[in-house]
Amino acid sequence: MVDRAVEKSSLGSDIPIDVAIIGGGPSGLSAAIELKRCGVSRVVVLERESEAGGIPRHCGHPPFGMREFKRILTGPNYAKKLVALASAVEVEIHTMTTVVEARPDGELLITTNFGAEVINAGRVIYATGVREMPRSARLISGKRNSGIVNSGALQSMVYLKHRMPFKRPIIIGTELVSFSTIMTCHHAGIKPVTMIGEHDEITARWPYSVFPGLIDIPFRTGLRIFPRIMGIPLHLGARLIAIDGDDNVSSVQIELANGIRQTVECDGVILTGKFTPEATLALSGHLDIDPATGGPVVDQYGRCSDPVYCATGNLLRPGETAGWCWNEGRQAGRLVADDLKNKLPEFDRRIQIYLSDTLIKYAMPKFVGLPLSAGMEDLQLRFKNSAKGYIIGTSGEETVYRRKVSVHPEHRVIIALDKLTNKCSEGNIQLTFEER
Amino acid sequence: MSSKNQDHISLTPASNEIFDIVVIGAGVVGCAIARGFVLEGAHVAIVEKASDILDGASKANSAILHTGFDAPSGSLELDCIRDGYQEYMEIHQELGLPLEKTGAHVVAWNDEEVARLDSILSQAHANGVADVALIGKKELQTLEPNLSGNALAAISVPGEAIIDPWSAPYSYLRQALLNGAEAFFTCEVEAGTFDNGVWQLQTSRGTLKSRHVINCAGLYGDQINEKLLGRSTFGIMPRKGQFVVFDKAAHSLVNSVILPVPSERTKGIVIFQTVFGNLAVGPTAEDQISRRDVSTDKDTLQSLINAGIDKIPALKHMPVTAVYAGLRPATENKDYQIELDETQNWITVGGIRSTGLSGALGISKYVYKLYSQTGNKHKPVKNPQLPKSPVLIEASTQGLRRDWQKSDHEEVVCHCELVTKREIEQALEGSLAARSLAGLKRQTRVTMGRCQGFYCTARLAELTDGHFSNPIAKKINNG
Ligand SMILES: Cc1cc2nc3c(=O)[nH]c(=O)nc-3n(C[C@H](O)[C@H](O)[C@H](O)COP(=O)(O)OP(=O)(O)OC[C@H]3O[C@@H](n4cnc5c(N)ncnc54)[C@H](O)[C@@H]3O)c2cc1C
Ligand SMILES: Cc1cc2nc3c(=O)[nH]c(=O)nc-3n(C[C@H](O)[C@H](O)[C@H](O)COP(=O)(O)OP(=O)(O)OC[C@H]3O[C@@H](n4cnc5c(N)ncnc54)[C@H](O)[C@@H]3O)c2cc1C
Repeated sequence: MVDRAVEKSSLGSDIPIDVAIIGGGPSGLSAAIELKRCGVSRVVVLERESEAGGIPRHCGHPPFGMREFKRILTGPNYAKKLVALASAVEVEIHTMTTVVEARPDGELLITTNFGAEVINAGRVIYATGVREMPRSARLISGKRNSGIVNSGALQSMVYLKHRMPFKRPIIIGTELVSFSTIMTCHHAGIKPVTMIGEHDEITARWPYSVFPGLIDIPFRTGLRIFPRIMGIPLHLGARLIAIDGDDNVSSVQIELANGIRQTVECDGVILTGKFTPEATLALSGHLDIDPATGGPVVDQYGRCSDPVYCATGNLLRPGETAGWCWNEGRQAGRLVADDLKNKLPEFDRRIQIYLSDTLIKYAMPKFVGLPLSAGMEDLQLRFKNSAKGYIIGTSGEETVYRRKVSVHPEHRVIIALDKLTNKCSEGNIQLTFEER
Repeated sequence: MSSKNQDHISLTPASNEIFDIVVIGAGVVGCAIARGFVLEGAHVAIVEKASDILDGASKANSAILHTGFDAPSGSLELDCIRDGYQEYMEIHQELGLPLEKTGAHVVAWNDEEVARLDSILSQAHANGVADVALIGKKELQTLEPNLSGNALAAISVPGEAIIDPWSAPYSYLRQALLNGAEAFFTCEVEAGTFDNGVWQLQTSRGTLKSRHVINCAGLYGDQINEKLLGRSTFGIMPRKGQFVVFDKAAHSLVNSVILPVPSERTKGIVIFQTVFGNLAVGPTAEDQISRRDVSTDKDTLQSLINAGIDKIPALKHMPVTAVYAGLRPATENKDYQIELDETQNWITVGGIRSTGLSGALGISKYVYKLYSQTGNKHKPVKNPQLPKSPVLIEASTQGLRRDWQKSDHEEVVCHCELVTKREIEQALEGSLAARSLAGLKRQTRVTMGRCQGFYCTARLAELTDGHFSNPIAKKINNG
């Protein structure tokens, strides 16, 4: 593929790379820091943007850092702090360095201003995060006018580039990111005209301290009235039917919960949430993908189908908070350090988690090695709709797990791996949901 | 408005000279004709009402370079496709244009369709496409192992190929400009008079004079004729085609273009690779009144996805990358509508419905023949200058490297399609400078990948400051 010898490596030295980390977001940086703390010698973070820090760098709003630093920071400050910590323990951070292909045996094709080049690493930590589902994949009807953006793109425009693509957009979605989008708009002087959510209730579940003014109000009520305080009508159970306009958006058609269709005049559409892992390198490379999460298939060590690769952070599944991902990165760092020292416990057998219910969106990790010792302690699940009932795990004819839960879309449900697997003496585990 | 965008400026007196030819419309047909006439030695101007070329029918198609195996025998369309195909084969190397000779299979999915394969075969042979052959289920399965078991037999068409639908016409026009043509954008032809052998064309930017006019206005071809000649022998009946583009991971699910057994009206829904490494399913064929409305709709897109999965079950787990629609300039007639009006020095090139990308170079030859038959003659350019095309595809058959593979590209801006800052800056300069995001996309592929602009739109807004009349984003005043 690369038909030219690079005179000088863009990474500056020929010292073997013990661990290369793809992605310098919270999870990649915390993995790197942990690796250095565990005594791993050369740890390089490959980050394609001009600065490391990941998504928080684009989020000019709080709250970040509660889990890690026990204080509330804005995204950019949080990102800076992570980078400073990494630099302090001599993690090499290479920015403007894009990994183009991830190949077997830890061989990475990268490009920098030096051009394309192949590097090799003993282990690779794959930590490229999530993005939001674009308009195309949502199959939204209408033309391809300008002024239709994801909240991530809007955040970078507003906070990093001081620009705004519209003045009176509609916000689609009620995940937490949808609410931080209201803050982003407010910051830029953009006045959203309406906010709609497809579910009957607000999807967001993250701490409402994003919105300090609502501290005394119960969370859900808080989120419900928040848009109203900001002067934005909120419609739940409503769908976006089509986008109208020629070059620019002129209006959208929505269908309300009662079936009535409405035209909403606006000059932009913000498509929020519906996160999907940025698993490009796996999709076009050799690592297996789990269609349910959209991320690589992993075991509880985060190891991919090629065990030289370990995935961590939001790439594992959509989508968690920065603090959660930071924690996962730390764990991944520790596991990979152990792996390099051949100290990672071996498995006697490996079970696969199958989903036989369409209500369950995903379960991660897909493989669990037994006996359990190190690694992720829980199975992380998400559900497509709200429901009450039992999560049931079966192995062959036998029921090995049963728990009563009430589930909501995009809300994390966790099952302790030891509880799930301790009765499973052989075979794999099927997960179903029984509504009650 | 920005100083970089010159389109609001009226035509200068210098452009008030008398051209030999004015080509109306910079679709793929107009671009090919401009090139053809320039190389024959004519002084050519091309006028386009949009800010960038390829804003009409040519903005969205299946990008298949057809052999003509299934074109109506004896038609002008067939002649033009055969000639166009031939010339593309001859010039694509020197112009640096991609060509992937994947071949195609016309697949029969039921007995009725199997019964029709024979007539497709004999028509292909009658059309002079000799290497077309009938293959059975087994052979088809070996060649296309991911097709569903319902695929019964196929006609193999080894010559069908996929190309880049945008870089080809860009390159044609670049070569025309390098060798003396002039191009005027945001320049809509509104009226015109023909006196003493000279056309005075009134455009939104002033008057242009020309001895001959070639109407290549695509979806507006009939309206131009009505306005300037007072009559049109055909009416445009736009026919929309919607597409779904799947993730690059789906690319390897087929090895060739999978064509259906065609119906009377359309070639039907095709599964094809793109030269950029995706897999696409489409187009539909929907008649409509609007000549502009390229909206897609959810139900149709979903039915395309289902049709794709039906034929290739493994598509089920593939994410959708993009969706788009194009409009065919169909007419009440099947064949191309190419007419010379000798008394008014006017050539109409209309109704280039669904094969214009393949036929364009052949159409150009045919139109020049018409023109020279009425006694017009020029001195062909001896050693025409060759334009440089950006290299947009990874597995370039010509061994060319993408910009990200070279040093000093400064920055990868669009991470999904690996478009560099240098490539973007180049596309924003020069005679065919991108003046809209749509134009920049067609020239560089920015935002056309998996994330559809999630990561790079903000950076693009910054890099394109002042270049677009409809900017991606405006500066925030409050700082
Ligand atoms: C729009 C949006 C808003 C969000 N808002 C919040 C919020 O307010 N609070 C919160 O807690 N969480 C928020 N999140 C969730 C966010 O994903 C996590 O906070 C956190 O950033 C996840 O960390 P990560 O390291 O897994 O991924 P990321 O932070 O996404 O970092 C991944 C990094 O990998 C780099 N990268 C990707 N591919 C390559 C490659 N091929 N080569 C080199 N580098 C590469 C990227 O440039 C990026 O820097 C938001 C997410 C999105 C998408
Ligand atoms: C869905 C679909 C799939 C297709 N698949 C294929 C394929 O696989 N292979 C193939 O060979 N072909 C294919 N085609 C056909 C091909 O795209 C068309 O035949 C071709 O694009 C027609 O080009 P054109 O130059 O005639 O028209 P256009 O591209 O419409 O060009 C006309 C131009 O004239 C301009 N114009 C109009 N009015 C004025 C005015 N008054 N003043 C100035 N400028 C004006 C317009 O803005 C436009 O740019 C497909 C088409 C569609 C829609």
